[in-house]
Amino acid sequence: MTLEIVIRVALYIVLAPIIGGLLEGVDRVISARMQGRQGPPLLQPFYDLNKLLHKQTIVVNSIQVLFIMAYLIFTVFTGALFFGGGDLLLVVFSLSMSEVMLVLSAYSVNGPYSAMGAQRELLQMMCYEPMLLLLAIGFYVAQGSFMVNDLISLDRPAVIALPGMLIGFAFILIIKLRKSPFDLSTSHHAHQEMVKGLTTDISGRDMGLVELAEWYDTTLMMGLICLFFVTADPISYLFGVIACAVIFFLITLIDNTHPRVKAMRMLGLSWIVVLVCAGTNLLILNLVL
Amino acid sequence: MPTIFQTSGFLILFPFVAALLVFAQRKDTKFRRGTVIVSGFLIMAASVYTALGILIGGSSVQAPFKPDPIDLYHISECVILGGEIFLLLVVIILSFKHKKIYCALLGMLGTIPVVALEIGGYFPEQETALRLDPLSAVMFLIAGVVGPLICMYAVGYMSDYHHHHTNVQDRTNVFLSLLFVFLGGMFGLISSDSLTWIYFFWEITSVCSFLLIGYTRTGEAINNSFRALWMNLLGGCGFAGGILALLILDGGRVNSLSVLMQQTRENPVVMLAVTLFAFAALTKSAQFPFSRWLLGAMVAPTPSSALLHSATMVKIGVYMLIRLSPLFTHTFTGIMITVIGGFTFFAASLLAISQHDGKKVLAYSTISNLGLITACAGTGTTEGVWAAVMLMLFHAVSKSLLFQTVGDIENIMGSRDIEDMHGLVIKLPRLALIMMIGICGMFMAPFGMLVSKWAALKAFVDSQSVWLVIFLVFGSGSTLFYWAKWLGKICTVIHQSVNLDDSTHGSELISMVPLTGLIVVMCFAFPWMSDYIVQPVLDATFAMKVPNVVGGADTIIMMIMVAMIFIVPLGSRFLSLGARDRMTMSYVAGVNAGDDRHYIDSFGKSRPLYLANWYMEDYFGEKRLLWPSIGISAVIVILMVLIVMGGVF
Repeated sequence: MTLEIVIRVALYIVLAPIIGGLLEGVDRVISARMQGRQGPPLLQPFYDLNKLLHKQTIVVNSIQVLFIMAYLIFTVFTGALFFGGGDLLLVVFSLSMSEVMLVLSAYSVNGPYSAMGAQRELLQMMCYEPMLLLLAIGFYVAQGSFMVNDLISLDRPAVIALPGMLIGFAFILIIKLRKSPFDLSTSHHAHQEMVKGLTTDISGRDMGLVELAEWYDTTLMMGLICLFFVTADPISYLFGVIACAVIFFLITLIDNTHPRVKAMRMLGLSWIVVLVCAGTNLLILNLVL
Repeated sequence: MPTIFQTSGFLILFPFVAALLVFAQRKDTKFRRGTVIVSGFLIMAASVYTALGILIGGSSVQAPFKPDPIDLYHISECVILGGEIFLLLVVIILSFKHKKIYCALLGMLGTIPVVALEIGGYFPEQETALRLDPLSAVMFLIAGVVGPLICMYAVGYMSDYHHHHTNVQDRTNVFLSLLFVFLGGMFGLISSDSLTWIYFFWEITSVCSFLLIGYTRTGEAINNSFRALWMNLLGGCGFAGGILALLILDGGRVNSLSVLMQQTRENPVVMLAVTLFAFAALTKSAQFPFSRWLLGAMVAPTPSSALLHSATMVKIGVYMLIRLSPLFTHTFTGIMITVIGGFTFFAASLLAISQHDGKKVLAYSTISNLGLITACAGTGTTEGVWAAVMLMLFHAVSKSLLFQTVGDIENIMGSRDIEDMHGLVIKLPRLALIMMIGICGMFMAPFGMLVSKWAALKAFVDSQSVWLVIFLVFGSGSTLFYWAKWLGKICTVIHQSVNLDDSTHGSELISMVPLTGLIVVMCFAFPWMSDYIVQPVLDATFAMKVPNVVGGADTIIMMIMVAMIFIVPLGSRFLSLGARDRMTMSYVAGVNAGDDRHYIDSFGKSRPLYLANWYMEDYFGEKRLLWPSIGISAVIVILMVLIVMGGVF
């Protein structure tokens, strides 16, 4: 049992950045095709990361570096908690802690673009935090446990009981992954009026670490989608992967077709979607069970 | 060795003696400082001794108790009766003096019937007077450790305060003695079993907080103090109403908490009394619609805010609710209390976003957290009470520390605005670190508040209160927002900043350093606290053996997280030792003017750069949200009381 957890966590630590990096590569290729461009090769994100890690790092202060390290470590820890089969609520709490670290690193540099990005990132957190908590609660109500280990060994996929949760989660995923129309705090697209927002004052090795943490984060999010479909039956993992692919493609599509919205519109929209989809789902679940 | 009843007697009486001693010394002498500090440590030692005695002694020492010999009991009855009349006179005189007659009327409405019936001998002879159980022990720890620390802090703070506020008359002796009276009332309240005794101590705290808030005697202070007075007297009326309902409609069978707890939930008269007591608790705990008195309380010098917010006043309300919580299980009153608590948690956390006055953010956060505790107690489940007690402990420590730090920063920088705390980590590194730990204690993952919040979530899910879950998750989102942006403000590093002169007094550090240490220690000690402090409370409150609430595996993970918080800084320092990073200014679109706080504008002039946080007043401002929240919750409270009354008549 313990050995199995150790292996799973080790696998996660090794594979998650590969999956995350590949997903970003796919995202860039698809986006390029949607815009009628050739686009970069699939492995471009890895080349980029390699380059970043070998550049000279320019920092604004030493506290900044500390927070970025903490961000990476806590993000990896969060994922390890999830893939090791831990408590979903703890995963959510630990995830928000790691995000706060990134925000603090942006705050610490005392730059206008970073500060703006930090505020916006906090607002984005305020948008998706309720959904993540509701997700954990939804699983608990529908499947009777907060532990990921118990949730993957049931004989009925959670999505049957939690369709609203899945929709709500897919929606906040756009915010979580900072895709347009909700790429307010920082964006991979060139037309960014706030330079690179949150990560403006991060460069070189530190920027590489942030990218790496984001890949871990993306993998964790895909894992959460899978959790809706996975049962004791091994074949169910395939459905999970398909669902991830579909949702990821949809997010890329939306990313390329929707212009950025204003901050308060994002807040209103996301809370309404979460309340209507996830809240109603929970209410009905409570009445049925 | 003294028995715990002797020490608790000492704890009730000694603060009044200390108050007199301090009151007698008008000048700020070493002797007065010494009196405060020695009394503080005496109180602390006695409370820890009593609390440990209760927790170690187990059920053998927890039996209800009647003072012996019987004369002593009669004397204390007379003292309490006299005290009630004295308090009423104070209220009446001050109300007339400041032309706030309604306060005098409310005071008379609550106190006169109770006093009249007591003098007339209508109350049956008490079975018990005092009772010490694990919940009292928890309260002894909160009030008896955090409270005296605040008194000691006040010694240094007040001398600075009057140095800066020369227009305020120096009545420090009154202020300090009121703090001690407050503690005395608090100890009396948590060890009393008799309802009339509790009522007396309840009124002491109301009047004390009124006097503390009005300390500066400015127009604003007087207005706010009377607002606090009328709201708390209204609560007092509710409490008196509960006592009278039990006496008149139920024949006075039930005249103490321990007897009340043996009643069934089916008896409508008992439920009416419970509802009225809960109503009183809502006013004390500053739940919506009664929150405005706590917001106004911040005009007073900081130690009184720290005391009201953390160790005493607002905790009395939730203490009552936790006491009553077995009677809330699956009752209408319980549901309504949970709804009010949940709503308060949500609304106050939204309102906190729009505030940039440090003390006001703390005030809203208190209201919000108290809402959570209220909601937990209202569920009447064991998990709910577990979370409520844990939240109470963690909140007391973190919040009193935060108030003290904000107070110190105000004394040093002349402002408590969060915007002015920009770059605090460079300007005042020591205070900034203390403040960061305090803020982290309020919302970050492995720290206590969040652990308890997690238990609260489980409690709400298990008691099937979906609406509450929704309030809680959205409230958590906004809680994160307002704390993190404050934390970010402190963490900002401005180069070449002047290190301000940190003139924190020794007596202030006596208080702040232990509290900071407590937050860190409590992180590690929380499984132990759960086993030896909170579980006994559950066993005693629900009168049965309750299974452990938080499982073992989670505790281990939590410990790992706590450890990481402390290891990561060291680790990253170690990792970056060999790196050759180049230092630069932050990016200002290429128009830096040589440092990171000026830029070159389009006319080629150097202009100062100012980075403000978001407050979004148009969306979350008091103008927009405060009155609607009060309106909604007022309707809920009135409905609750009316419907329960309808069940009786």
